Amino acid sequence: MKIMVCPLNGPRNITEFVCGGDVKAVPDPAACSDAEWTDYLFIEDNIAGEVDEWWLHTPSNTWFIARRNTLTDEILATMTVADYFDSKRSAADAVAGAGGAA
Amino acid sequence: MPLALLKHGLSSGRVEPPHLRWQPDLKRTYDVVIIGAGGHGLATAYYLATRHGITNIAVLDRGWLAGGNTARNTTIVRANYLTPEGVAFYKESVELFRGLSTELDINIMYSERGHFTLAHTDAAIRTARWRAEVNKHMGVDSELIDAAEVARLCPVLNTSDEVHYPILGALYHPPGAIARHDAVAWGYAKEAMARGVEVHPATEVTGILVEGGRVRGVETSRGTIHADKVVQAVAGSSSRVAKLAGLRLPIKSIPLQACVSEPVKPILDQIVVSGSLHVYISQSARGEMVMGGVTDPYGLYQTRSTLDFKEGLMAHMLELFPFMADLRVLRQWAGTADMTPDFSPVMGLTPIDNYFIDSGWGTWGFKATPVCGLRMAECIATGRQPEMLKPFLLDRFRTFDLVGEKGAASVGH
Ligand SMILES: Cc1cc2nc3c(=O)[nH]c(=O)nc-3n(C[C@H](O)[C@H](O)[C@H](O)COP(=O)(O)OP(=O)(O)OC[C@H]3O[C@@H](n4cnc5c(N)ncnc54)[C@H](O)[C@@H]3O)c2cc1C
Repeated sequence: MKIMVCPLNGPRNITEFVCGGDVKAVPDPAACSDAEWTDYLFIEDNIAGEVDEWWLHTPSNTWFIARRNTLTDEILATMTVADYFDSKRSAADAVAGAGGAA
Repeated sequence: MPLALLKHGLSSGRVEPPHLRWQPDLKRTYDVVIIGAGGHGLATAYYLATRHGITNIAVLDRGWLAGGNTARNTTIVRANYLTPEGVAFYKESVELFRGLSTELDINIMYSERGHFTLAHTDAAIRTARWRAEVNKHMGVDSELIDAAEVARLCPVLNTSDEVHYPILGALYHPPGAIARHDAVAWGYAKEAMARGVEVHPATEVTGILVEGGRVRGVETSRGTIHADKVVQAVAGSSSRVAKLAGLRLPIKSIPLQACVSEPVKPILDQIVVSGSLHVYISQSARGEMVMGGVTDPYGLYQTRSTLDFKEGLMAHMLELFPFMADLRVLRQWAGTADMTPDFSPVMGLTPIDNYFIDSGWGTWGFKATPVCGLRMAECIATGRQPEMLKPFLLDRFRTFDLVGEKGAASVGH
């Protein structure tokens, strides 16, 4: 059986997990256009390669982020939601900082 | 025949089926380029040639003839869907299937078996009744039957209530059939090629040329081809090919697995599906039990098999057919299914002029092969969305006009 590492519970059988779909920005429903909203609901990037996704460990109800390769069926990394968005933020800050210096 | 077989077995040369007329060279220009030589692409070429007189067509495939989901499906053909739009569409396909051996002059071994969607819960009974009423209204032969009738019609099924999920009744659809999937694709290829259509395997489309909102041709691993019209019919690769044209789709690629048992004497005449137990089964003409269930739990561009799938499948299968405990699995495989949110296809016109799409076939597109070919050909030849295909436009997701078929298509493909 394939094993996934839950950031809270450690390595568990893949059957204990449910995939919640790609990590993507939620448009503001009050401000966005109808097209932006339906794209958010229905359109999939469906990437062949590395993807960041929401996953749920069902017995403990723990949501977290997993990075997978959809061509090789490898789980590359799993992390807490906080760690994922912190790393995204610091990456964005680094880019902004570099831009400012130049 | 045995002698001829022996001769081929001993000869070192490659034996090409005599009925396929391969053209070695790619031309630089065609009227229509079809991406994907699966059943859908080949049927589209055939109907363009026979119904619309368009024969300057190239069907391109990165692999070999019909080696994608056309070669991997479990061949169930039926029209007992849930929505009036879906039922009308699949009904036309069943009618075409009935005459297909004659039309294509090849034995597709079309075999009407009777299709049972078992209900083990009150909710499933309600859905079965709903489907039966919509079906009857649309002229499709379906009815809700009780457990005693299920036992009478399908005596090999375990209808005892000494099980985890006793059978309460079923949606019974007598025209439900199975067919020889490869023959369907070969038949369309043979008859299209006889009329001048070219089929080019080992030719991958790597780019789509669009100028001023209109398609101009395709880039391939064998060079650039110009075309007036381009169609994509690539199933599991739909999003990747659409992206080459700058289109984004409501599609996720998810594996669907299946397996067959070793062959045994005829014992199961019917096609049996259980939505609640997530399994389905039929016995092929060769005697193999052909089995499957729902798609894998997560998206993947890969066709590996897993033990989890077979364990889950067999746990429930043994309850329905205890004799299966004595059978061994002979083959296992998977295909990449192009799944849509509403379990209906995405077909026809796109925002790019003269670029057409046939996608979102998920786990249910084999049965649609003839009607897809016929209606896509009409769409391409006229440049208008045929009435039959209007509910399946890509645009429906913008207007929330979904065609919800999950209740009729998530397990029983
Ligand atoms: C296990 C399984 C069971 C199924 N059971 C059923 C069933 O019982 N009943 C039913 O109705 N349906 C069933 N289906 C669904 C059905 O098989 C498909 O919907 C149908 O075969 C799709 O046909 P197609 O011609 O569109 O695609 P395919 O046969 O997959 O053909 C697409 C072709 O496009 C080619 N291609 C991809 N990318 C490119 C490129 N860039 N350039 C050139 N060529 C390319 C591929 O090589 C492939 O040959 C099942 C599917 C699976 C996987």
